[in-house]
Amino acid sequence: MIINGVSIDATFAEAFPMKATRAIITAQNKKWAMISAQAMTGFATSVIACGCEGAIERVLDPSETPDGRPGVAVMFFAMGGKGLAKQLETRAGQCVLTSPTSALFAGIDGGIRIPLGKNLRYFGDGFQSSKLISGKRYWRIPVMDGEFLAEATTGQVDAIGGGNFLVLAESQPQALAACEAAIEEMRKIPNVIMPFPGGVVRSGSKVGSKYKTLGASTNDAFCPTLKGATRTDLSPEIESVMEIVIDGLTKEDIDKAMRVGIQTVCDLGAKNGIKRISAGNYGGKLGPFHFHLQEIMA
Amino acid sequence: MSALTLTLKNSPEQRIDMSPLVCHLLKTLAVEDIAALTLQSGKRKLRVDELFTIEGSDSQQLIIKNSHEKLDFIGKDLDGGSISIDGNAGAYLAMGMKAGDIKVSGNAGLYTACEMKKGYLEISGNVGDFLGAALPGNKMGMKGGTILVKGNVGQRAGDHMRRGNILIEGNAGDYCGSRMTAGTIAVMGQTGRYLGYAMRRGTLLLWNQPQLSASFNDCGAHTLAFLPILFASFSSLNSSFADMAQSFSRVQRYAGDMSEMGRGEVLVKI
Repeated sequence: MIINGVSIDATFAEAFPMKATRAIITAQNKKWAMISAQAMTGFATSVIACGCEGAIERVLDPSETPDGRPGVAVMFFAMGGKGLAKQLETRAGQCVLTSPTSALFAGIDGGIRIPLGKNLRYFGDGFQSSKLISGKRYWRIPVMDGEFLAEATTGQVDAIGGGNFLVLAESQPQALAACEAAIEEMRKIPNVIMPFPGGVVRSGSKVGSKYKTLGASTNDAFCPTLKGATRTDLSPEIESVMEIVIDGLTKEDIDKAMRVGIQTVCDLGAKNGIKRISAGNYGGKLGPFHFHLQEIMA
Repeated sequence: MSALTLTLKNSPEQRIDMSPLVCHLLKTLAVEDIAALTLQSGKRKLRVDELFTIEGSDSQQLIIKNSHEKLDFIGKDLDGGSISIDGNAGAYLAMGMKAGDIKVSGNAGLYTACEMKKGYLEISGNVGDFLGAALPGNKMGMKGGTILVKGNVGQRAGDHMRRGNILIEGNAGDYCGSRMTAGTIAVMGQTGRYLGYAMRRGTLLLWNQPQLSASFNDCGAHTLAFLPILFASFSSLNSSFADMAQSFSRVQRYAGDMSEMGRGEVLVKI
């Protein structure tokens, strides 16, 4: 399959079941909601070492937030429910509770309930109080700038992590420009996040390593500097490869995000140095969700 | 199927215990069986059809027409369905109500919604003392649900209240929110003396400055984030509370009752 001179590999992205949750951060203005959200989703690029994958899903209009203030929706994905709950609570406590004027609300109404402000309330040292409004419990925690309002729980649902595609380009600037354009469009899709810095990964990994202590190592088949030194997957004109990883609530959400992202990259086309789109997989043995590139783009 | 409508034939001489006439107890009964039910009236037991003319058959929508203030225990322990009361209701209206909704076009008596657990109660007129309170000797009053009163309420509204909302468009008598454990009482009109007497936790939300006891301490003026959410939850009500022009988030906060545990608050609109 070739779109606008870009070859789409007959391969698939391999993804895994994960647990996901969403929280809504509001603040006095968009700037402080964003600061709080950026702090909360910091160091959350990969479950390999961060404990969870998280990112800002989208900016919310005041009409969309529970308290009518500007807000930001953040999503977190982890391999298990317990780990996800721990990450959420730690991040809420250290990054949102501490952030001036912030308030924190559930972003998923259904699912298994996991603590959001439920345990943060103890920071109130006995001065905390709760309000049960329309079936939802909110904790009011007195803090130095006024009162921190946090919904007691949010929803945890089954989700999918690890959807991905690789952008193979003739130069590093061209690969990055294509990925930036793709991310800008993909961020408009609900229920997905691209957890890596700016949404883009330059260090895609393979399973295993020559070093026994490492479970993952550089994906040498896609490293352009190793074209002559390893069993490469790259043709001579490829000078740079970047990956976009997608976590989403459902297969359909990831399908949609991948389609939009790949289409945006292909729109730039061969004339902008984009040569191929590929995807990362482990032979189909590890993840039950397979995203076939050519099927998605058909 | 039209609503089961009971029209009171005459003003009763004695008070009548209406507790058998609640939707969940009538669910499996035919209209003839309902007509044959007996209600305690003083020392006598009277058949329902002696007291009321009966029309319709849907017992999950009960209408009591020509209602009188001697009809006590209407909607006692109601567990689903709706009761519409055209006229006044007696004492213990909606006592221990678990689910469903009750609407009264007139006034209601003492101990209205005492120990109510859930559901919605709307009273267009005035209400007597001990609205949403605990029965004498009990320690827990209203535990959930919402009460909307369009008129005034008597003394000790929300006494020992544990959870839920009491919304009063008119005035509240003395000891409003006394011995409250938690929950919210909102009063648009004036409040009487000894507001929040011995309250432990909970919120008294006021539109007008009250006469506060010395055991309530001024915590200053604040913008509280939960208030817009609370007001938004009232938006579906047939009430001034649903009018966003009436909502506010800037309040003067008083903490009390300091003679008790002092975790309660009186919030006054500024």
